[in-house]
Amino acid sequence: MASPDDLKFQEFDEATDLLLADPGASTLSMSGSSRTAPAGATGDIKLDMSDDEGQEESSELLRGEKQTSGFWTFEYYQSFFNVDTMQVLDRVKGSVMPLPGRNFIKHTLQSSPDLYGPFWICVTLVFSLAISGNLSTFLNSLGSPQYHYRPQFHRVTIAAVVIFLYAWLVPLGVWGFLTWRQREERQQSGYSFLETVCVYGYSLFIYIPTSVLWILPFEWLRWLLILVAMVISGSVLVLTFWPVVRDDTKVTAFATVATIVILHALLSIGCKMYFFQTATRTPVPTLAPNHTAAIFTNKTH
Amino acid sequence: MAEVDELSKPMFAGLSDVSISGDIPVEGEINVPVGTPSHDDEYSTLDEPVKDTILRDLKAVGKKFVHVMYPKKSSTLLRDWDLWGPLLLCVTLALMLQGGSVDSKEDGGPQFAEVFVIIWFGSVIITLNSKLLGGTISFFQSLCVLGYCIMPLTVAMVVCRLVLLGGSGMVSFIVRLIVVTASFSWSTFASTAFLADSQPSNRKALVVYPVFLFYFVIGWMILTFSPSA
Repeated sequence: MASPDDLKFQEFDEATDLLLADPGASTLSMSGSSRTAPAGATGDIKLDMSDDEGQEESSELLRGEKQTSGFWTFEYYQSFFNVDTMQVLDRVKGSVMPLPGRNFIKHTLQSSPDLYGPFWICVTLVFSLAISGNLSTFLNSLGSPQYHYRPQFHRVTIAAVVIFLYAWLVPLGVWGFLTWRQREERQQSGYSFLETVCVYGYSLFIYIPTSVLWILPFEWLRWLLILVAMVISGSVLVLTFWPVVRDDTKVTAFATVATIVILHALLSIGCKMYFFQTATRTPVPTLAPNHTAAIFTNKTH
Repeated sequence: MAEVDELSKPMFAGLSDVSISGDIPVEGEINVPVGTPSHDDEYSTLDEPVKDTILRDLKAVGKKFVHVMYPKKSSTLLRDWDLWGPLLLCVTLALMLQGGSVDSKEDGGPQFAEVFVIIWFGSVIITLNSKLLGGTISFFQSLCVLGYCIMPLTVAMVVCRLVLLGGSGMVSFIVRLIVVTASFSWSTFASTAFLADSQPSNRKALVVYPVFLFYFVIGWMILTFSPSA
């Protein structure tokens, strides 16, 4: 059966002919992504997304294309936590030092948003607001003899609801609005929902030291701190969203940016007024001329 | 070929009309243990007295408590996880945090459910966080470690309540502050000793920070516990 012809190197066409004849035959593909294919691979080479390899695979995939796993798999969410300590610190630094021309998303995030920063910054902000508010109430009423210290733990719940609603609903609204306008005007650039959430999350970082400094009982200092924090984090947001809306009509552009800034200001002023109520130096602190305190006294009696 | 036929004939000949009563002569030995008696090395806990079962679990829980008090890098805590210890500690802590300023529900300390939710939801979120960052520890092992490391804070709570029996002035506050700070750092250090090993080195701080925040919040709840006037 063996002839001298058979011992010659066969043409490559024979292999392709064989494959055409029987497409289901087992093949061994030597492309780069077949790292997981052993010698007996079936025709369909699947990328094995097991836990220990998932990290490498998903980070490689991200460079080429966005998430390929469905949103019900664990690896989908793992791709949002693909950050190192230094990266998180750089992003935080970028959020407190806005330089003109430096778009936070394009420059600092480099279009790979993460959810670690926004989530833990929100959690820290919730607790720092509640704890600092509690401390400031305590220090305010230190002089009066009938003041009995209360932990005011319900403030944690209220702070959590407010901060998390802000950090998720406002980016949803902004992203929805920008995407709708982008479709209307047929523009190219737009941010994904996660990038918007990421910007908003990191922009809340400045309020953590601000809330700690709000403990000091000087009213002028508190308003000054609000101003400084607003300028810094507001400019981060403006610098991020201005390039996207600038191609729109003037009115829409200004209205969008103004809304973003106003909502941000409302958050900080609202937090300051609710958690850090100034009590006048009267002997009974519960009768302080403040609406919310009056409501609480009405509820308890 | 003839021998094969001979051997195969009694096995396969007329197979369709053969009854399953075992008249087929089969070659070879069957080593299947028919009617399994309980072997000596089979671990059957059904026959032992209840006292032994309970004591075994209690000993395991106690051993883990000792591990937390002297945190050396051992993997016993990680391998045999159990959630009895964390449950016990959580319930004890939540019960002791009650009985605070009870005259006003609005401005008081955390309710029982709030403490429970913070401890368990906090542990679950920290575990998810460390797994999402690429940690190799399993879900329940991490819950087990975080729960057991609440023990120094529970001890601090007991001490604080004892100190508060003696009065609630400045001195007692300073004593409580020192005790709570020491136990909170002990908790963080103990749980980090177990958890940080499972992370790649460039993400250790990202995993340690939420643990720090978690024990800080629990410490804050303990420190601000004020007895009813």
